[in-house]
Amino acid sequence: MSGYLESQLIILCLSIVYAYGIFLPAASGQLNLGAAGFITLGAYASAWFNASTGAELPIWLSIPLAMIFTGIIAFAISFPILRTRGVYMVLATFAFAEVVSGVAINLEFVGGAAGFPVDDHADVTVIVPVTIAVILFSFYFMSTRLGLSLRSIHDDESVATLFGVNVRTSKVVAFTVGAMLMSLGGSLYGHHYNYIEAQTFNVLLSIYILLYVLMGGTQTAWGPLIGATFFAIVPEALREIAESAGLKWLAEGRFILFGVFIVLLMVFRPEGVMTRTLQDRLGGGLFRRKKPVADDMTGGS
Amino acid sequence: MLVIQQLVNGLMLGGVYVMVAVAFTLIIGMLNFLNFTIPALFMFAAVLMYATMMGHLPFGNDLILSIFGTEYRWVAGIIVALVVIALVSLVIERFTYRYMKAKYGDATEHALPLVSSLGFLIIFEHLVVSTWGSDPLTATSPFGQGTFSIDTIIFSVPQIVSLVLSLIVVVMLSVMLKATKLGRALRAIAERPDTAILMGVEVGRIVPVVYVITGLLCAVSGILFTINYATVDAYVGDTVATVAIAGMVLGGLGNVWGAIIGGLFIGMLEVMSIYIVGADFAKLPIWGLLLVLLVFKPTGLFGHTLIGKGKF
Repeated sequence: MSGYLESQLIILCLSIVYAYGIFLPAASGQLNLGAAGFITLGAYASAWFNASTGAELPIWLSIPLAMIFTGIIAFAISFPILRTRGVYMVLATFAFAEVVSGVAINLEFVGGAAGFPVDDHADVTVIVPVTIAVILFSFYFMSTRLGLSLRSIHDDESVATLFGVNVRTSKVVAFTVGAMLMSLGGSLYGHHYNYIEAQTFNVLLSIYILLYVLMGGTQTAWGPLIGATFFAIVPEALREIAESAGLKWLAEGRFILFGVFIVLLMVFRPEGVMTRTLQDRLGGGLFRRKKPVADDMTGGS
Repeated sequence: MLVIQQLVNGLMLGGVYVMVAVAFTLIIGMLNFLNFTIPALFMFAAVLMYATMMGHLPFGNDLILSIFGTEYRWVAGIIVALVVIALVSLVIERFTYRYMKAKYGDATEHALPLVSSLGFLIIFEHLVVSTWGSDPLTATSPFGQGTFSIDTIIFSVPQIVSLVLSLIVVVMLSVMLKATKLGRALRAIAERPDTAILMGVEVGRIVPVVYVITGLLCAVSGILFTINYATVDAYVGDTVATVAIAGMVLGGLGNVWGAIIGGLFIGMLEVMSIYIVGADFAKLPIWGLLLVLLVFKPTGLFGHTLIGKGKF
């Protein structure tokens, strides 16, 4: 595999892992704009557990420990944050990410503003299997009873409560597990590039990850996969096409076209590319539920 | 004395945040969604002002030079920025609100406007990057560096003028909300859109007006930013808008006067924390305050609980 393709594959894999971390809360209707915060936590924690100036643990221990560390923090903050809803939740998670980045910049034992070198290297043979495992896990997670509860909360919270779904527990679990996935993505990032600095994980990253998920669709576990793949491939493909056709302005301005595409997609497919109705139609008998449950109520457009 | 000087500087910086915070608060109060095109409009206005003043527009530079001459090109900058932003706001209204409303009943039901506005943010940032590059762009201020001092405290004249100007604009806006027919219609929509329609408010004609007003607020703020700080780039909107959001939450979502006080306070908090704990720590007090506020008193200082009942 050529170096260029491999680097693109790594970016794609990391995006997919991040996207599933945002997808799990989004599946229950919670918009989390704090992806950068959890990624920072994971990257720094794993780097510190691994570093010779830190705990000096091997990489296969440092990454799970970083996930547990992020999980504990996410669990602790999920209670106050999940008290907020709608636009307040977007703002609160966003503020959380900014606080994390502000703290990381000022911690001298993880390098402070100068950034932090990471010792062990994780190459493509680690990242791809882990990504596949994350995808399989998310599909499994969404097919469990808890996943079903998340979907019901997404569609109508008060009705879900009436049917005995424990709304708060489901949301807290989704939020925490999502944060742990983002932490995993962050530590893979650190171990692959062997250098992290808090400024890389900025608001724009959080926004892009949220866009992957919302463009892909929050109704099925296919959504983040499609969204992240689309985001990783389309701008690069546009660049390739524009360069081979000699259109310099298109190669430079491909993101403009991409933004236009986002706006138009929201006009035509407001629930994202992949909806439950589309999944049924594409899958034929493969994904079909035994009894069709009122598709028109939840099926987007 | 140094502390008072810092407070004055903070107040001046707050003046920039005030209009952006008011723009955010208007859209959230009326239409119930967090409009991420506001940073884009702010940045686009600032860059247009720079480009017109310095003769770096993609076209029409000679025309502007022949009409206004080098002396008064800043007037042309103001006109270009305001007109372009007003037109762009109307386009944005179509795609973040109108089609969604027409097609899906309630535009805020899904996260639609939020995502579309993020799409517009991407469009404008890359439009600016591909036209003017991603390096900081430096303009020369048409008003020089006029300062005067009262008892060793230095005031910069352009900054005072812009602070006063932004306060005048916002006061006019709140008088308009209170006293005119349009303002009454706007407040009715904010209160309850369905009832407003029944009462004969033409929502389809009022909503574009909200977009244009917020767009012009951002534009004025962006223009003043270019004149005062002279350096702009494609991402300046993100920085300003995130701090302005903190100011808006502090004042209470949907409350114009709250946004004014919140914006000024956040400006002072930022300058004071840079002064006391250093630039590296400056982010922490602002975001820590915002996080605590959202969790424990999400209505802010002056907000009321109706706002934010919609999904996004």
